[in-house]
Amino acid sequence: MSLLVDIRKTYGAFTLNVRFETEDNAPAVLGLLGASGCGKSLTLKCIAGVETPDEGRIVLDGVTLFDSHKKIDLPPQKRQVGYLFQNYALFPNMTVRQNILCGLCRETDKARREQEVRRVLALLQLEGLEHRRPHQLSGGQQQRVALARILVNRPRLLLLDEPFSALDSHLRDKLQMELRGLLADFGHDVLLVTHSRDEAYHLCRRVAVLERGRLLAVKATKALFADPGSVAAATLTGCKNIAPAHKTGEYEVEVPDWGIRLQTAQPVGDGVKAVGIRAHYFNTKTAQNRYPVAYLGEMEEPFEWIVEFRYEGQRPGTPPIWWRIPKDRRPQTFPPALGAAPVNVLLLYE
Amino acid sequence: MDWYPLWNSLRIAAISCVLVFFAGIAAAYYAARLPRTVKGVLDVVLTLPMVLPPTVCGYFLLLVFGTKRPLGIWLAQFGVRFVMNWYGGVLAAAVVAFPLMYRTARGAFESFDENLAYAGQTLGLSNTFIFWRIRMPACRQGILAGTVLAFARALGEYGATSMFIGYTPGKTATISTTVYQLWRTNDEAGAFRWVLVNLAISAVVLLIVNLLEDRQKAGRKAVRR
Repeated sequence: MSLLVDIRKTYGAFTLNVRFETEDNAPAVLGLLGASGCGKSLTLKCIAGVETPDEGRIVLDGVTLFDSHKKIDLPPQKRQVGYLFQNYALFPNMTVRQNILCGLCRETDKARREQEVRRVLALLQLEGLEHRRPHQLSGGQQQRVALARILVNRPRLLLLDEPFSALDSHLRDKLQMELRGLLADFGHDVLLVTHSRDEAYHLCRRVAVLERGRLLAVKATKALFADPGSVAAATLTGCKNIAPAHKTGEYEVEVPDWGIRLQTAQPVGDGVKAVGIRAHYFNTKTAQNRYPVAYLGEMEEPFEWIVEFRYEGQRPGTPPIWWRIPKDRRPQTFPPALGAAPVNVLLLYE
Repeated sequence: MDWYPLWNSLRIAAISCVLVFFAGIAAAYYAARLPRTVKGVLDVVLTLPMVLPPTVCGYFLLLVFGTKRPLGIWLAQFGVRFVMNWYGGVLAAAVVAFPLMYRTARGAFESFDENLAYAGQTLGLSNTFIFWRIRMPACRQGILAGTVLAFARALGEYGATSMFIGYTPGKTATISTTVYQLWRTNDEAGAFRWVLVNLAISAVVLLIVNLLEDRQKAGRKAVRR
């Protein structure tokens, strides 16, 4: 019960080159995290069979879907891969019911079809909307219809392409909560493409980071957030403060842009390229990595303050540093120096 | 009054419209899939009849199907002679009307959201089903517009028709060639009668189109309630 993807495809100057496997012990959600244009959707399209890789291999549950050497390229119709598109791709000329019936095109028994339609309508709380057309539904309802249409088709793999990007932000968290439950009952692997670290964190057991067509890391979600390992992964997981750095000691790096040296908890590798400090991890009390700062400005959020500052020795022209503090922890007066625990200094290698 | 030109014009327009409907859609569908350079060249060739004077189209038709040309001689063995026959008019009208169908259908296909087709494929729907039940309905507006334009153009065809099948009363006469012929022979009243007939047909065609569009809108509204 697993998916193996090992493909290459070139489009002009862009080359997609990805290789990953899902764990074969238990079905799970694997996130593909990347900035727009990094090849996330193209990867999904290749797996679904609507795009053809130049070379490589795709194997799902022991069935070869694509193999450039053996000249195997199953048509999308025979792959049993469910694909939830960013815009849901509901057929606009059909009702909800007709859309769902399209997912049952392989089922020949009429009574079974009827039973299946009723099952997913109930499962996705779509009762009463059977005869609506897609444009008469809210974004959340459209997403549920698209999922219903896919689930009746009984796919062996589910591909979700930025499923929440077309929704209002207040709906997003609610639907993510609903989708979590649905995916837990799905019983097969799921690939979730996203550029949102929150979605990845909410829904994925493991996350693969893609940058310009290349796969940087595949890690357990929490491990990735704790130690992104690359500039792209740090940026995508929401690290705001990143600067070039080089090794100066076993547990020390120099950051010329910030004019400081930082102690680290992990031993520094020779190839270190940059460091990152998340905006939440500056500290008024820590004595370690404590350097004088000059405050530039602040911005209020509902539950936090965002404070901009520069280190005293910071190189001119480099971007200011962000510090986020929960409102209840905001000091009366900002201290003249800020520290950061060595464990919170992220070492970035690519 | 001899109604033959009306009947002849309608059958020429109707048959050529059906031919152009399928040929235009097929050309538009496959052209959209071709590499850009090939598409560019093909596009010019397929659109040429729209910008050329119709008489030039008639000239080319004579060049290919003329009774002394290889293809014309070959076809004559089977008793098919397009020149100076009413079904030659179908050919002339089709050639001139084709680019209108092709271009509007192509525009409609290009604005089609390809994800709909992909979604259909991953659900296991056949490509034929996707084409007729998803792509065509989604492109309905453009295709309908192209069909109407093609029909109207075919009905009004004069230049290529007069070159290719001439004007023989009761045999190849169409409304447009009749209007010219009657005017030329100083039968102003006769020409005027045919002008009225032509106006009436055009008005009816446009009315039908509007009704079709209204019904679509009303259908959508009824579901909304």
